[in-house]
Amino acid sequence: MINRIPWVLVIFLVALWVPWYGSRFYTFLATDIAILALFALSLNLLLGYTGLVSFGHAAYFGIGAYTSAILMKTHGVPFAVSFPAAGVMAAAFALVFGYFCVRLTKIYFAMLTLAFAQIVWAICFKWNDVTGGEQGMPNVPYPDMSWMAAIPGLGGLRLGDQFYLLVLVLVALAVAALRRIVSSPFGRMLTVIRENPERAEFIGINVRRYQLAAFAVAGFFAGLAGALFGIFNRGVFPDFAYWTKSAEVLIMTILGGMGHFWGPAVGAMVLTLLNQQITSYTEYWPLILGSILVVLLFAFPGGIVGALVSAGRRLTRRGNA
Amino acid sequence: MPEPAFLFGQFVGGLTAAMFLFMIAAGLSLIFGVLRILNFAHGSFYMFGAYLAWQFMRWLGPGTEYFWLAAIGAATGVAMIGVAIERLLLCRLYRREELYQLLFTYGFVLILADIAKIVWGTQQLSVSRPPSLSGSFEILGTTVPHYNLFIILLGPSIALALWLLMHRTGVGRLIRAAVLDREMLGALGANVGGLYTIMFGVGSFLAGLGGALVTPVKSIVPGMDVEVIVEVFIIVVIGGLGSLWGTFLGAFVFGQVLAFGILIMPRFSIFSVFALMAIILIWRPWGLLGRPLSR
Repeated sequence: MINRIPWVLVIFLVALWVPWYGSRFYTFLATDIAILALFALSLNLLLGYTGLVSFGHAAYFGIGAYTSAILMKTHGVPFAVSFPAAGVMAAAFALVFGYFCVRLTKIYFAMLTLAFAQIVWAICFKWNDVTGGEQGMPNVPYPDMSWMAAIPGLGGLRLGDQFYLLVLVLVALAVAALRRIVSSPFGRMLTVIRENPERAEFIGINVRRYQLAAFAVAGFFAGLAGALFGIFNRGVFPDFAYWTKSAEVLIMTILGGMGHFWGPAVGAMVLTLLNQQITSYTEYWPLILGSILVVLLFAFPGGIVGALVSAGRRLTRRGNA
Repeated sequence: MPEPAFLFGQFVGGLTAAMFLFMIAAGLSLIFGVLRILNFAHGSFYMFGAYLAWQFMRWLGPGTEYFWLAAIGAATGVAMIGVAIERLLLCRLYRREELYQLLFTYGFVLILADIAKIVWGTQQLSVSRPPSLSGSFEILGTTVPHYNLFIILLGPSIALALWLLMHRTGVGRLIRAAVLDREMLGALGANVGGLYTIMFGVGSFLAGLGGALVTPVKSIVPGMDVEVIVEVFIIVVIGGLGSLWGTFLGAFVFGQVLAFGILIMPRFSIFSVFALMAIILIWRPWGLLGRPLSR
């Protein structure tokens, strides 16, 4: 019976309501979660579906963030153009970097993705004239959301709330697209490659080309997430592309569970909420996060969603017996 | 064209930096060669080596010859931490995918960084050079502190010692066998788990030693762990993961590229080493002197 309820739709509708029942703080948290969820879901296309361990996914997040920020702030390009441009730019870089990365396997793949991400970071960090260098680019403008006033009920909202609604809708559309992709024949093929690349090669699949396509698509969505995050964060900084950021999104994905489509989104939510809770008690959030990570790897390798699913299965089996 | 004396100064500077990094990178490379694990926490071990050396010096008396004792003590302490982590936790992850091992070591980066903050705070700390090496001498118009000369000589000595360990002792023979085929070695009755622990201990010792010895020339700050792991990572990738002489070469190249890159492209010297790493990974993923993985 539980399965009949369209949970995703329910959660989306509840999330739409956040600006009205919550304070500014809840809207802030919800925006953060929505953007990071998209970022983590994009990584899972590689990690969970294609079986590629990318340790440099932050590069595409950063490229998206910088592309959109540079277009909007320096060149005054409207958001409707800069947002898709961020995704396309990230995908283009992913295509170039990925071309070399997919030639390698396992640990070497992870290392080359990390190397490229560090190159992106180094460029953002040093190219003062374009990226603002170490100081980053503060004061990225909000998109023009005056059109929202035409929709009844939205005109009176704060700018942050309006932006949240925009983020929510865009993330929902992007996630829907991702969902379509993984259940398409293309997505199925990725799963085949994850399960057995040699066999996939035998039956005539061009494994590298599929992996590269997955890499570019994942980069595209990471770029979109980065563009939104730059605006939300009111500035973009080289840290967006640093390797610790790549590790963070990996943790989100693993925490939620990479074996399930919604796992990374759950991971993003849990991690963001935990961070918020714990940092109000202690400054030692990394210590807690590291401990959570270690426990997770030993006790729940399937992540939260994986653990819930297997617990659910055990319950129903007991009910049937 | 800059003066030769200046160029020589850059060369010596690059060489000193390279030898520090070699010590640390050799540990990382050894661990990878045997355990096939890329240990992100290696930089944290380096940082702990530095903090422990500072701590021991405070107890033993700053600015004295006890520095050597403190350095060895710090390296041993770090080796003990490494062995404890390997024996209690990491050894249970060997059968799992690489991703889990990577993230496990990253978890320890976070944990150790915060422990260091809790124990030693966030202030910069420094240790003075031991009195016996506090002087300097002049060569070709460049002033070289005795301590830097010591480091430049120590690097190759460590490389030689490690080579002797690997090629002239029984343990070394077993380690080389484990690199080639660990299942077979286990089937022949060798204690592979014990070898792994030894290797992890030796690798951590080197990281700790590097951290302890760097304290007279660099101040100890939080964040030095993440900074150094990136540099060391580049070195082992350039030279070849698991290859001792490759790591040595990688460290040398890294030091020189940084020292001279800063003259050619002042702002993009860090970029040049990352680019070098990417080129090597594309061209020879196993590094300049490494061997391709059989699997």
